Amino acid sequence: MSSTELTSTALEPAETTADSSSDVSDISAGLDALETQTVERTPLVRVFTGKVLPPLIAIALVLVVWQLAYSAHLKRPDLLPSPLDVWNSLHDQWLQGTILSVIWTSLSRGVLGFLISVLIGTPIGLLVARVKPVRAAIGPILSGLQSIPSVAWVPAAVIWFGLSNATIYAVVLLGAVPSIANGLVAGVDQVQPIYLRAGRTLGATGLRGVRHVLLPAALPGYVAGLKQGWAFSWRSLMAAELIASSPALGLGLGAQLEFSRENLDMPGVLATIILILLVGIGIELLIFNPIERRVLRSRGLLTARR
Amino acid sequence: MTALLTEATPVVDTAVRLDHVTKSFGRSSAAHVVLDDISLNVAPGEFVCLLGASGCGKSTLLNLVAGLDQPTSGSIEVPGGRAALMFQEHALFPWLTAGQNIELALRLRGVPRGERRAEAQRLLELVRLGGAHGKRVHELSGGMRQRVAMARALAQDAKVLLMDEPFAALDAITRDVLHEELIQIWNETELSVLFVTHNVREAVRLAQRVVLLSSRPGRIAQEWAIDLPQPRRIESAGVADLAVEITDKLRGEIRRHVQH
Repeated sequence: MSSTELTSTALEPAETTADSSSDVSDISAGLDALETQTVERTPLVRVFTGKVLPPLIAIALVLVVWQLAYSAHLKRPDLLPSPLDVWNSLHDQWLQGTILSVIWTSLSRGVLGFLISVLIGTPIGLLVARVKPVRAAIGPILSGLQSIPSVAWVPAAVIWFGLSNATIYAVVLLGAVPSIANGLVAGVDQVQPIYLRAGRTLGATGLRGVRHVLLPAALPGYVAGLKQGWAFSWRSLMAAELIASSPALGLGLGAQLEFSRENLDMPGVLATIILILLVGIGIELLIFNPIERRVLRSRGLLTARR
Repeated sequence: MTALLTEATPVVDTAVRLDHVTKSFGRSSAAHVVLDDISLNVAPGEFVCLLGASGCGKSTLLNLVAGLDQPTSGSIEVPGGRAALMFQEHALFPWLTAGQNIELALRLRGVPRGERRAEAQRLLELVRLGGAHGKRVHELSGGMRQRVAMARALAQDAKVLLMDEPFAALDAITRDVLHEELIQIWNETELSVLFVTHNVREAVRLAQRVVLLSSRPGRIAQEWAIDLPQPRRIESAGVADLAVEITDKLRGEIRRHVQH
């Protein structure tokens, strides 16, 4: 820029007329266009290579190592069956038609126990999070309960309820309720105070504040708590079924595990463990992960992670 | 005759009245006085900027007027009912779309369900975001978020709009555009605005009256009536001249703290 131009700009009257209304709208529309970013969805091929392929490779590696250990006769074949033996065991169960009913027995208990835990854990979590004396009184106990392995409750539950469904549900509830309640407490604690202030100025006080501001704001933590609560339900259920197994209770996965052990059926034991794993992971992948992703994505909390 | 006339006029012709307001935090023995004997009137339809350095209690003052906190002594009146409040952070709820944020404010105000959608759309168009109803908060730029926040504040249909450094986090160009839009909205409505800022030029650009607060404790140091015609430009000579004068006074207020 030359010096003459500089002088001429400086000589222009400082008080120019302000933009007319339509100009402002043009400028703000232009700024909006400049500052808005469009987020593209990741293409399917990259989802496959980035998310699907790595676990498949890991599973294949485990199978290879397992097969090598079997072929090298590290242990007697009845102690260390081959992957194919386990597969055949699963296949036999399928042909006998028992596999689905066994899974259903456990799954229905797990889901029902989880749902009851949600109904109990949610109000407890809300009370602990929002009422100071309640928090002081039972907050530490609630997080302490999470560190007790669910198996530890089984003997007590058997003494109270005998070999009944009540025993199984009691163990599931003792495992899942604290983790769901704690998830909600963590979710509420993480709510940014500005949302509560904004809610109060808008008139969302008391129960309306809880409903319209506090609960939706705490949802990400709550969903994480539910996911963990499901994992605890499933684990506790297996512990309960394994120990409190009785023909009257029907054959679930835990009981089947115990029967396979009694029959020294190692392929059956491993096959059942795989089924337990598959159901646990399956529920998480098919139900909780999509919900969690949806909650986070709608709040723009997933776009940063790429 | 004159006496009769005075009696006939309403006693309270004010949008916000602060009467000897003091606010201190902590126990009375070791109380930390944040606001000291503040008396301030905002007339209906008036645009007042509160200006001050850090520690002058600007935000505390707005919280008091918004009813989020109570003064230690003195009284605060907001005759038109609850005041609307805008923050430096947009404070929009990220689990709702832009339009739903406004509809929630309407719902909490008691607007019937059937009217909310159209009213939210009208408010979005007022802040020039007619197409943003279904947009999520994170999909909007900083300037757009503050405009939605403004629409949400307007949805409360309050007589008084309190603004707590609402444009401080925006870039200069966006801030400039939002100043202009705010003045247009203020012209079109009968809002009284109490706008807190530490930016002297912003205060002079926007306000009819600038009130300078001293720091620790916050007291009213001086007031200026700004009679430059709107629309003003922040880079104009008139704004700059007055900003120099106010900045000098503000610096003097800050310098007083060196001795303490």
